[in-house]
Amino acid sequence: MSNIKKAFENGKAFIAFITCGDPDLETTAAAVKAAVQNGADLIELGIPFSDPTAEGPVIQGANLRALNGGVTTDKIFAFVKELRRDVKVPMVFMTYANVVFSYGAEKFISTCRDIEIDGLILPDLPFEEKEEFQPLCKQYGVDLVSLIAPTSENRIAMIAKEAEGFLYIVSSLGVTGTRSEIKTDLASIVKVVRENTDVPCAIGFGISTPEQAKKMADISDGAIVGSAIIKLLEKYGKDASEYVGEYVRSMKDAMR
Amino acid sequence: MTNPNGRFGIHGGQYIPETLMNAVIELEEAYNYYKNDSEFNRELTELFNEYAGRPSRLYYAEKMTKDLGGAKIYLKREDLNHTGAHKINNVLGQALLAKKMGKTRLIAETGAGQHGVATATAAALMGMECVVFMGEEDTIRQALNVYRMRLLGAEVIPVKTGTATLKDAVSEAMREWTSRIADTHYCLGSVMGPHPFPTIVRDFQAVISKEIKEQILQKEGRLPDAVIACVGGGSNAIGSFYHFIEDAGVRLIGCEAAGRGIDTFETAATINTGRVGLFHGMKSYFCQDKYGQIAPVYSISAGLDYPGVGPEHAHLHDIGRAEYVPVTDDEAVNAFEYLVKTEGIIPAIESAHAVAHAMKIAPTMDKDKIIVITISGRGDKDCAAIARYRGEDIHE
Repeated sequence: MSNIKKAFENGKAFIAFITCGDPDLETTAAAVKAAVQNGADLIELGIPFSDPTAEGPVIQGANLRALNGGVTTDKIFAFVKELRRDVKVPMVFMTYANVVFSYGAEKFISTCRDIEIDGLILPDLPFEEKEEFQPLCKQYGVDLVSLIAPTSENRIAMIAKEAEGFLYIVSSLGVTGTRSEIKTDLASIVKVVRENTDVPCAIGFGISTPEQAKKMADISDGAIVGSAIIKLLEKYGKDASEYVGEYVRSMKDAMR
Repeated sequence: MTNPNGRFGIHGGQYIPETLMNAVIELEEAYNYYKNDSEFNRELTELFNEYAGRPSRLYYAEKMTKDLGGAKIYLKREDLNHTGAHKINNVLGQALLAKKMGKTRLIAETGAGQHGVATATAAALMGMECVVFMGEEDTIRQALNVYRMRLLGAEVIPVKTGTATLKDAVSEAMREWTSRIADTHYCLGSVMGPHPFPTIVRDFQAVISKEIKEQILQKEGRLPDAVIACVGGGSNAIGSFYHFIEDAGVRLIGCEAAGRGIDTFETAATINTGRVGLFHGMKSYFCQDKYGQIAPVYSISAGLDYPGVGPEHAHLHDIGRAEYVPVTDDEAVNAFEYLVKTEGIIPAIESAHAVAHAMKIAPTMDKDKIIVITISGRGDKDCAAIARYRGEDIHE
């Protein structure tokens, strides 16, 4: 069991996603610190991947900028070790299965423990394939976070029963990116989740406004925001941290 | 060869977003039902024979055989199929399956455009909506096929992300499928992606080796010594190999696109240069860097320009049942021109990779040996690119 549960002890959790190295690691550090100072309860650090099949254009762009900037898994590990001196909230990595597999799963996951990464989110690793990394995650105390989608239906209970850290509920069909409207019956999904696990659940995909964050927080334990933050990094580059801080504050305030 | 989890040895599996899991489970259940359904099989055979023009010819290439002076060479003429390539076999099967499942819309990725054209054709025939994702780079290399697809009523979406080639078209088709599942079937074009696609596509393409076996037994009274096919994702190759896998005396040779050479970065020879990884729904070999970033591969052939290979090929390589050899752009272009001049057959540049390897090994084999080369498609689409390769600029 990692520290992830602490993220859900200050009311509804605001979870911020930031791609490491977009446009450089100094900016990532500043943005993470600004997010935490302004109320982010958990940080999802993206390790960029060349072909992020679950991402919409905004996060695809962040992956590309980060890779073009020369960031690598090793550089990110060194960066997180440094960042941990200042950042005490739980942090998880969000990346793709091949980044972990190719690095050597044991080397990757044991390093996560060494640098105090609490969990791992892999959008291309469904329940049926989690054996690929689950035993190592257990061994090193890193939570392998499961996702539930609007199409999961009869699979929700099965996934929830074995959930660790927190459950990532995908709000809508499709890829990441801001949406004007979320139509999925999320309350029903959360109900099935609650019946099957005590692990907290947060909703992500398509959330960008304080109103949406409040609505999602009202039916679950927190809201996950990625693309809206990445847009600020895209727009303001190295000067983005101030804007990220302001934005996170507005979101967290709405959820209180 | 498949275990219940869609594994071929260590390869295969279902490394896809949760959003798609029920869709692939639904597909697997439907396929398991219809593959044994006599009415489904009757309809598919009728489409193969009456619409696609099967069985395709097994042609004795006498001039080529004499010229090379070694093994007897037969060409499996998938280029003579309707739409000009083996792709139609898989597409007719999947479109019929999708229709039985109540889907009204097909989406597909395409590299050279052959699979896109085949999917657009099946959609037109069966009255379904069709959207094809194609790397922007490939829409330029294969402009004629883009026009053919549009003519057939399909919407062609140029993909600008990444290297703007086949892998990016696959990624974009997967993204589209996660956003619209209920009425849409993803008609994957090769023996790749998550289970059950590698098995479904193989089964529909296995008609190639089933026919080769019957035809060669009729013509020669014995099995061939080698079957050679080109491998990108590997659908025509697995189709050509499948019914010979248990026949240990038949060498199975897959020809990978080496581009400018396997010692350069401009290559797409996955098994020769790649490592095991997890991408596009499967565990298999992939061209990638030390951090697992997928490599920007290169080949003159848009259809082989893919950084991965189907999981069953990865397994056949692991157990040593099939050999996978690299063939460069230069060798493929030479073979393309050779087959045109020698036999009057214009092969797809993809298939020319297989011809090139046959040209290397046939002279080293005795005259009583037999090689079958699968000509997976016709090469009309490649003429402008070959001309450019030879320094001649022609307008289509």
